[in-house]
Amino acid sequence: MTPLVSIQGLSVAFSGVPVLRGVDLALGKGEALGLVGESGSGKSVTWLAALGLLPRHAKVAGSVRLDGREILGAPAATLDQVRGGRIAMIFQDPASALNPVLTIRKQLCEALALHRDLSGEAVKAEALRLLNLVGIPDAARRLSAFPHEFSGGQVQRIMIAMAFAGNPDLLIADEPTTALDATIQAQILELLATIRREMGMAMVLISHDLGVVAENCERVAVMYAGRIVEQAPANQLFADPVHPYAQGLIGALPPLDGPRRRLTAIPGTVPDPAHMPSGCAFAPRCSLAAEPCGAAAPTLAPIADDRAVACIRAEASRRALLGIAAE
Amino acid sequence: MSAPLVEVSSISRSYAMRSGMFGRATAVHAVDGVSLTIPKGETLGLVGESGSGKSTTGRIVLGLEPPDRGEVRFEGKPVAALGTQAWRAQRARMQMIFQDPLGALDRRLQVGTQIREPLDIHGLGTPAEREDRVRDLLRAVELTPAHGARYPGALSGGQRQRIVLARALATKPDFLVCDEPVSALDVSIQAQVVNLLCDLQAQLSLTLLFISHDLRVVRQISNTVAVMYLGRIVEIGSADDLFARPEHPYTQALVSASPAPGRRSAGRMVLAGDPPNPAARSQGCAFHPRCPRAIARCASEVPKLSSVGGGRQVACHLVTGPQARTQDAA
Repeated sequence: MTPLVSIQGLSVAFSGVPVLRGVDLALGKGEALGLVGESGSGKSVTWLAALGLLPRHAKVAGSVRLDGREILGAPAATLDQVRGGRIAMIFQDPASALNPVLTIRKQLCEALALHRDLSGEAVKAEALRLLNLVGIPDAARRLSAFPHEFSGGQVQRIMIAMAFAGNPDLLIADEPTTALDATIQAQILELLATIRREMGMAMVLISHDLGVVAENCERVAVMYAGRIVEQAPANQLFADPVHPYAQGLIGALPPLDGPRRRLTAIPGTVPDPAHMPSGCAFAPRCSLAAEPCGAAAPTLAPIADDRAVACIRAEASRRALLGIAAE
Repeated sequence: MSAPLVEVSSISRSYAMRSGMFGRATAVHAVDGVSLTIPKGETLGLVGESGSGKSTTGRIVLGLEPPDRGEVRFEGKPVAALGTQAWRAQRARMQMIFQDPLGALDRRLQVGTQIREPLDIHGLGTPAEREDRVRDLLRAVELTPAHGARYPGALSGGQRQRIVLARALATKPDFLVCDEPVSALDVSIQAQVVNLLCDLQAQLSLTLLFISHDLRVVRQISNTVAVMYLGRIVEIGSADDLFARPEHPYTQALVSASPAPGRRSAGRMVLAGDPPNPAARSQGCAFHPRCPRAIARCASEVPKLSSVGGGRQVACHLVTGPQARTQDAA
């Protein structure tokens, strides 16, 4: 079966500085994939590049296929069909993604007119249906309201309604709940899960919050310094992370129950993209790093069904996690 | 438990807010009758969503804002009025750390100079001693003295927060108010700063008021946690116990909304409705419009914060006394 989206060897450089260094990722129809990593790891850039949304001076190479058709560097007319129509995107800061001087009706209808063959009353009816779908109370009256008249959670709901206007096959949700309070975050995530189930839509959830990803995705890819370092089904990744960075991320998260333990902080900071260490980018911060780690960047290699890790010390790291003495 | 270093007794603070340019001014109760006690050397965590009044509480405790009602006592003495000589002297012993380290630092000043500034202001030590102190502080926050010559722009987010921490510690304070100190940091860096804060607290026997919306970080660092909703404390108890067995429906919702990787929670409790508007507080319990268990009494009568046993206090009509607790657990 051809995957819905297949990314191969995607790399991006801004004025000669590589920020994405060969990303391979495949996404099946209806699948929910989580993308985690720290700021600057390339989670968002991957999808901005795939959709041709990066500024002109960004150098993009590789391949992005949608249903087997190449969309990287495709003509604008093709991309206009893809963006919003096949793949929609929502962002962290919903308020700045809406036009403050236009009513919600106007902005929703604009999206509908672009992606659906609807006109006149049908557009307005569909706009109302979408607003009801995302749970805006009193939707008929609220259609003529402006963005500032809604709360943060409601604005994100409206963004989700707009993203669904084109009936996309894939929704890229880039930190959709980071700016929201905890109880509102729970509402938005539940809304996304419900609609996704009903519409059979695939989703990429980009988040720095491991808990959010664990609960909402089937598969997770961990990114570090422009590469995917580990890919696994969500439950396996969190129960048994293999890459030292993935282990570090999970160890750095304070537990909410059970005994308190000292957090296992990853020493150092993310490398500067302009001065990448040779070999594995994580080696300088890695407690298991050995000499060969500095020689060449490890490639993402399968270690089990549907699991892949880019680490030459994967075996040692696994033993360390299980508390078995190395050698 | 040792004697309390900071005692906050029923402080309230309201702001006047106008709706529209000519609208009538309405009072927004940011903090409404909050009482807290922080024993020496311990950490009190303050959690709540935006608009719950947790930052305002922190500012009042430091004397940056006067309370409309109530009183804050530091070592048994009332916190002096803002700007007075006494307040200045007291302020050297109480410091604050904010969420955004870049905003709290001067971009055009070397960070070493900024760490020394409190020493200059409070006239502590000779110039040579101040330089030594800056070097010690940089080492204390796990940086090198060489970092002192850098500008904030040349440091990473985690390093900047360490500089802010070093500056706050310059005057050897006893009490530190941390307002979302790690929220802007990535997870791995957040863990570094949380560990550092725990170490420094133990070394310097600091007393902390730790304000955050992140339940995990709060539990990690706090002895006691207070949950705020619309300017009031709705639940307070020991950190481990509170998150393991939340009693107030709002605390339960908060805990449920903080998913843990590795285990899918079965029935997640999702609250209906929007975050509360402090300007339009409802009658009775402020939480009742969103509460899944609200009864008629909740709409008319404000629940008092009362002890339910086990050192826990809850402000909810549905949680009364130790009997109710065992029923809930069953």
